[in-house]
Amino acid sequence: MTALTRPIRRLLGRESDPAVAVAAPVAAPTAEAPRSTDEPTIAVEIPESDPLLAYLQTAAGPVDLARLELDSPAVRELRTAGVALVVPLVSQGELIGTLNLGPRLSEQDYSTDDRRLLTTLAAQAAPAIRVAQLVREQAQEAAERERLEQEMRVATLIQQQFLPRELPNLPQWQIAAYYGPARAVGGDFYDFIEMPGGRIGIAVGDVTDKGVPAALVMARTHSILRAEASRSDSPGEILARANALLVPEMPARMFVTCLFAVLDPATGRIVLANAGHNLPYVRTADGVVELRATGMPLGLLPDIRYQETEGIVDPGSSVLLYSDGLVEAHDPANEMYGFPRLAREMAVDDAGSELLDRLLDTLHAFTGPDWEQEDDITLVTLRRASGVAEAVTPESTLLTQFSVPGEEGNERLVMDRVAASVADLGLDPARLERLKTAVSEAAMNAIEYGSQGRPDISVEVSVETTPRAVVVRITDQALSGPVPSDAEAPDIDAKLAGLQKARGWGLFLIRAMVDEMDVTSDGTSQTVTLTLVREEQAR
Amino acid sequence: MTAIEFTTTIEGSADEARIHCMGDLNVRADEAMEAAYAAAAALGASRITLEFEDVGYINSTGIALIVRLLTAARADGRTVRAVGLTPHYRHLFEITRLSDYMEILDDAPIGAAATPGGEGA
Repeated sequence: MTALTRPIRRLLGRESDPAVAVAAPVAAPTAEAPRSTDEPTIAVEIPESDPLLAYLQTAAGPVDLARLELDSPAVRELRTAGVALVVPLVSQGELIGTLNLGPRLSEQDYSTDDRRLLTTLAAQAAPAIRVAQLVREQAQEAAERERLEQEMRVATLIQQQFLPRELPNLPQWQIAAYYGPARAVGGDFYDFIEMPGGRIGIAVGDVTDKGVPAALVMARTHSILRAEASRSDSPGEILARANALLVPEMPARMFVTCLFAVLDPATGRIVLANAGHNLPYVRTADGVVELRATGMPLGLLPDIRYQETEGIVDPGSSVLLYSDGLVEAHDPANEMYGFPRLAREMAVDDAGSELLDRLLDTLHAFTGPDWEQEDDITLVTLRRASGVAEAVTPESTLLTQFSVPGEEGNERLVMDRVAASVADLGLDPARLERLKTAVSEAAMNAIEYGSQGRPDISVEVSVETTPRAVVVRITDQALSGPVPSDAEAPDIDAKLAGLQKARGWGLFLIRAMVDEMDVTSDGTSQTVTLTLVREEQAR
Repeated sequence: MTAIEFTTTIEGSADEARIHCMGDLNVRADEAMEAAYAAAAALGASRITLEFEDVGYINSTGIALIVRLLTAARADGRTVRAVGLTPHYRHLFEITRLSDYMEILDDAPIGAAATPGGEGA
């Protein structure tokens, strides 16, 4: 009985004045009655293990301590405090407190009438006291919630102060970042730091613990990393110096995992060191790989050296840095999102910042709508454009969006509608013809393979324009699986010799006509994205 | 613009058969192209000229039909040439290297007016 482990404040009536009865609402340690007098109060704590509790729970009425034979420390303490009679207060079968009375002034025993009166009083008082206890408990819980929420507001404010206001704007690179705090704000952070030679320092970290303490350590780590990045261009050295500074001031049982990378945007070279953080994923033309580097988290042990690893982010490749809030998210069946799932998602060839958006979409689909986020989630994606056509031009305008039945011959319809949608862009006629051929071929593939020529399976088309390029997306239902990207290159000599079939020019023509062709698939649909730069450039 | 059915007319002699193409050259032109080649072969022509002035659309399946015609012609000892291609389709003939096997003329040679001959698709 937890309530009874709380201090019982006992009003010691004047020893000679039994008219001042003792009120001892168990869960009301600051009962008003004692305060209304100048009398001292004595706290009598009755542990749950004390046999007096069980006795009072079943007692039929007031209990005369002088006659009570019970091996109970609480009984002895009450007797010492001058209590002669204990009246149990029971509400809905639960012992919620006692009325403790000293001896009568007359020095006579309490009479039968006294006991009956006290029993009646206890029966009437107990529910009221219980209500008072509940009201007080709720007020305390509300105050505690408010305190925690206030702490979370402070923690959030601290963290947001240290997150980058804007992302680096690097030609031929598309950089996206996401920070999603959990309700009990954790200690995630990320940062982009300009470094000499046009390089960019990228930090992603996670402080153990939550709330204000984690936010303060995050802020300190953030500042140290920035300072050290101005003194060294070596990720390993930066982490080692940060560790040396953090060790002496790190609160007990706290540490920081952190990955620090230095990217040269001109060459794609990336050098990184790792202090116990998740390894970044890199999607290359050959698949998804981890950039492996190991090291102790920051703030645990002095004199730590950090291994460096490096790689080249080729055009068209992407890098993902992330905190464990993503991989450790759970679905309603308590299954964890996990690294394998993340690696599979990473393998999909997205253009631009779509990787980040898609990761969040798949996360939310995985966790379901009622998910309460367990930990902060931080994602940083870097994609190196695969060609001139993919330069960052966020000002995109949707020109048209439509669908056509997946019926043979409708590629011509798609071509004409796309051509009409770009009529006002003033494209060079030769470039317009190239776009039309590419669209026609892509639509024909979508109809033939994606819809298998079925009119009831539609093909979706959208056309967007940016100041630099026209982007056409053709999405089909992939009924025949993905269009093979490694199809045999058409060779006129082989075709005329009968070594290749006459057909098989489609992908070849598309690639020859536009500046960029990307194919993405989510397992149920496939999208071919065609990008044509609006102005002729040296190719 | 909607799809335009592919048809041909054939004119010629033992020296040259001129296949005048009209409409969209795609997979649906298969029978018309086969019939046109057969008609040209029946003339005994040693050279076939494909006239594209009235062709507004050629896709990869149309190019495949040209490849098949070219294969047949080479097997039969006939040369093939093309005339009247727009700059865009001329470019396609070049990047597919069809132009390595067939002469591409800028303008139609002056000759007799086309007369109906081939079967429409």
